[in-house]
Parts: sequence; C-alpha cells; structure tokens
Amino acid sequence: MYYQPEIETMSEENLRDLQSERLKELVAYVYERIPFYHQAFDEAGISPEDIKSIDDIARLPFTVKQDLRDGYPFKMFAVENDEVVRIHSSSGTTGNATVVGYTEQDLVNWGDCVARALVAAGASTKSTVQVAYGYGLFTGGLGAHRGGEAIGCTVIPISSGNTRRQIQLLDDFNTDILCCTPSYALHIAESALEEGYKPADDLQVSAAVLGAEPCSEGMRNEIEEKLGLKVHDIYGLSEVMGPGVAWECDKQQGLHVCDDHFLVEIIDPDTLEPVEDGQWGEAVFTTLTKQASPLIRYRTRDITRIIKGRCACGRALTRIDRIAGRTDDMLIIRGVNVFPSQIEEVITQFEEITAQYEIILKSKGSLDHVELHVETVPDFPFDEVRKLEALKKDIARELKSNLQVAVEVKIVEPKTIGRSEGKAKRIIDMREGRQ
Amino acid sequence: MISQLTVFIENRKGHLAQACRVIADEDINMRALFLADTTDFGIARIFCDCPEKAAEALRGAGFRAKVIDVLGVRVPDRKGGLAELLEFLDRENVDVEYGYCFSINENFAIDVLKVNDASIELRLVEAGYALVQSEEVYALDDC
Repeated sequence: MYYQPEIETMSEENLRDLQSERLKELVAYVYERIPFYHQAFDEAGISPEDIKSIDDIARLPFTVKQDLRDGYPFKMFAVENDEVVRIHSSSGTTGNATVVGYTEQDLVNWGDCVARALVAAGASTKSTVQVAYGYGLFTGGLGAHRGGEAIGCTVIPISSGNTRRQIQLLDDFNTDILCCTPSYALHIAESALEEGYKPADDLQVSAAVLGAEPCSEGMRNEIEEKLGLKVHDIYGLSEVMGPGVAWECDKQQGLHVCDDHFLVEIIDPDTLEPVEDGQWGEAVFTTLTKQASPLIRYRTRDITRIIKGRCACGRALTRIDRIAGRTDDMLIIRGVNVFPSQIEEVITQFEEITAQYEIILKSKGSLDHVELHVETVPDFPFDEVRKLEALKKDIARELKSNLQVAVEVKIVEPKTIGRSEGKAKRIIDMREGRQ
Repeated sequence: MISQLTVFIENRKGHLAQACRVIADEDINMRALFLADTTDFGIARIFCDCPEKAAEALRGAGFRAKVIDVLGVRVPDRKGGLAELLEFLDRENVDVEYGYCFSINENFAIDVLKVNDASIELRLVEAGYALVQSEEVYALDDC
C-alpha cells in the first residue's frame, strides 16, 4: 500500500530530476534568505548558479549542529515570523538548543512523510493510531500525530508515560498501530505481561512504528514476539524535520528515504568524502522542500549505509540501513571502535536475559574497563549459582568474540537498570576525563 | 517439599536490607535465611510465612524473586547421619544442587536439599526418613 503512489513509485530517473530541480531552487533560496549560507557559499567560492543538478551536491559546504546552536534562536530561519506556524527544539543540555521552524506547507509535507510510513505499516482511514511519543518541543509526538491525521486515522494523543493507561487504551480502544521509541514499546510489552495480559493474543495492535533511537534486530524480534505485531523502523531528527525522513516498508529491508523532500548522502566522517554505495558512513541530509528551516548538507552524525538495489515493495525511493549508532556514541574501548548497537545485538541473542542493559565504562589504571549490567528473565533458574555463573561466562565469551573487547558481565536486580519512557540511557562513561 | 523463597541480591551496600524490609513491610515473618555469595551477587534463600506473597512483593519492588520447592529431611544427630542420607540419594540417582542445615535439636537436624527429582520424597519415606512439612517451618494462614 502506498500513501502517495505518484512519488513512492516514481522512477529513479524522474526522482533524480525532481531532486535536481528542487536543489537548484533551494540553493538560490538559502543564499538569498539566510546570511549564514550566503557567507558560507561565498567562502567556498560557490554561487547558486554553479549547482546544476544533484551531482554538484558535494561542492556545497556542510552544516553542523554547532551552526544551528550558533544561530539560536532564529538566525537559521528563511522566513519571517508571520509564516512560521510551529517551532520545535531539541534540548540544550550541551550548549544552546537547536530551534527548528515550520511553515504550514512544511507541516503538510511532514505529515505526508509520516503518513507514507504509517500506510507502509498498514494504516488506513479505518486505523486507530496510538501516539506514545512525548508531545511537546520534541518532534516525535506531534510528528506522528500529524501523519495519522493526514491519512484520516483515529489518533490517540496519549503521549509517553503512564504505562498502565497505555496498555488499557491499546486494549479498550482497539489500537491498530503504536508509535513510540523501541525501548518504550518493550517496556509496554513487559508491563502488559506482568499485569497478566497475553499482549500477542489479547491486543489487536498489528504494527508498531518505532523511532528516535536505534533498534537492533534482536530488540525488534523481542518486541514483535511479545506484542504480536510487526515493527517498522522510522527515522528522523528534529533538525531535518522529525520522524518520517526515512521509514521501513513491510519488507523490513532498510528504510526508504523520502527522496522528494530530502537528499541523502553518506560520507566518511573523517575525510568528509562521499563513500561508495553500500559502505557505512555518516548520513548527511539536504532538505529539498523545507521553507522555514532549510538545511544544506546537514551532518547527522548517524551511521548508516545505502542499501543497493530495488526494494521488492515497488518503491524506487533510496534505502538506508538501520542506524548502527552515532559518530559521537561510538565508544573507543582500548582502541577498538564499538557501537552500543553491536553490544545490543549480542545481548538479544540470549534468551536468558532481558533486552534491558547498561554499559559502564571505567578507568582501571591507564586501561578502559567495560562492565555490562544485565538482568535475567523472570523465569531463569537464578536459584542456582552455577547457572548464573555459566550465563555470565557465555555472554562474556560471545561479546569478546564479536567485539574483540573483554567485557565484565554482571547480573543485576531489575530495579538497578532504569526503565525508560523515552530515550533509554544505556551508556555510563565514568572514565577519567569523560564525566 | 517445602517452599523456599529465593531472592537474587546484588553485592551492593544495603540491598539485602532492602529485600528484608520489603518482606517486613508486607507484615511477613521470616523464619530462616541462608546466603550463597559470589563476588558480585548473592542468593538469599529464605523460609518465611506466606512465601508466594513475599515473592510477589519483592518482584513488585524490582527484585528477582521466586518460590522454589526444596526437600526438608530430619537427619538423626549421630555420626554419619548426613553421609547416609546423601549416599541414599546417590544410589537413587538424585542430584543435589545445594543444601544446608536449617535447625538442630537434641535428637536430629533438619537438612534442606535442592534436588532434581521430587519423587524421591516417597522413596525417602519408605526408607524410614522423616520429612519436614511446610507447617513445621512457616505459616500459611492469612496469606
């Protein structure tokens, strides 16, 4: 099922032509309206006329998060306040917040992008969509909300939190599609099981559109099994728009980028050169249609790759792989690059433990020491020390062979690992100089 | 078989106290507690009144807790008493995962054993052993 078949099944050639047309308009638009880009283009010796097609994209300068922070609050806006109908903002815990504006047309386009994702997950006018992302300055809640309304679904704006109520409404309102973070979906599933529900049988919900944090294959399987539904990954970031930049169809073979609105590139984060299709690197997005907060070559710091070939679903839209991590999440442990997602991949192979975990990094002398905290599933025979010790050993061996890093595994009480209603905090870096 | 409450306890300051407090707050009396400890965690094995209720309260407080069936046997207080019991189990091909002595009086000791075969109870009785009943260890009234 397609929401906008004219776009979603457009030929690759026509998509590229559309992107080139829009890119040309964009560079002229930002050069004229945003002093930051005017100056950046001038410094790079580029004038908007030099950009003839998307093949010229690499001539344009990058935009990084710090540029958006420096532009706080409205210096990166391309329109006046009277055209801005909404503002979202990311938290400013590590400096100024980033502020993103939306015109009415921006919201329509955003709604379309999310609607494509929901329809790909099976949504129709008959569907009920429960939005358990946080509502507010965070883009998750209102983004998913608009997508559901664009289709004509029944939207339940429950926001995140109050897990007991989430389960009750999933049941009472016959929710078809759940939208939230993967860790929260898992929390809902576990809570429902604890309350005595058989969520896979008792609840009608048939799909979960999950985003805002990476979701490993193992975690996906666990959510799918426990809730009896299909998980569709949805990707986005507030600077670029919010959820809906890319999403999975029912083939679950990578995320389709909304190419008509976003031009994606994958670059080597060190050399800043484009990598070949299929190679892992940092995703860079250029917004092709945004009016209020357009971006040229925005460096996301998210690590992914282009998936080559045509998807069996019939869409020609570019596919990217599930986000493997962020360039700034990448842990360098004893000189080895490790992504938390790799650790998660190993953990979820073990049926004896839950998908909740914490990684604690400490310094022992000049060496990094890694501790992994996990908890057993409730029915694990933890009465027997021997079985617990064997489990620890098995997990440590598997991690060592997958990551080439020695990890000390500790089994902890469930209450030790914080449950999350939004983005889970999995890594605690207590190494010297990191706090 | 008698019901033993097993609680997984991290080897961290105050965690055993927290677990005991949860049980106390449920107005449940503990009769005995045995600890198996390793470097980073311990297993508390507890006899208390209303073990299922205690386990539920602990789980609600974020602990891993469950009720396990264990064997309670009266062993005569004389030389070789325990050796004979264990030899009997060995002959009957029953594995013992762990065991401990629960109480001693002038005539016998009560030994608790985690075994892998519940049907051994019958054979023990036939061999003349006196098994311990749950009501001798903890109360199940008002649970």
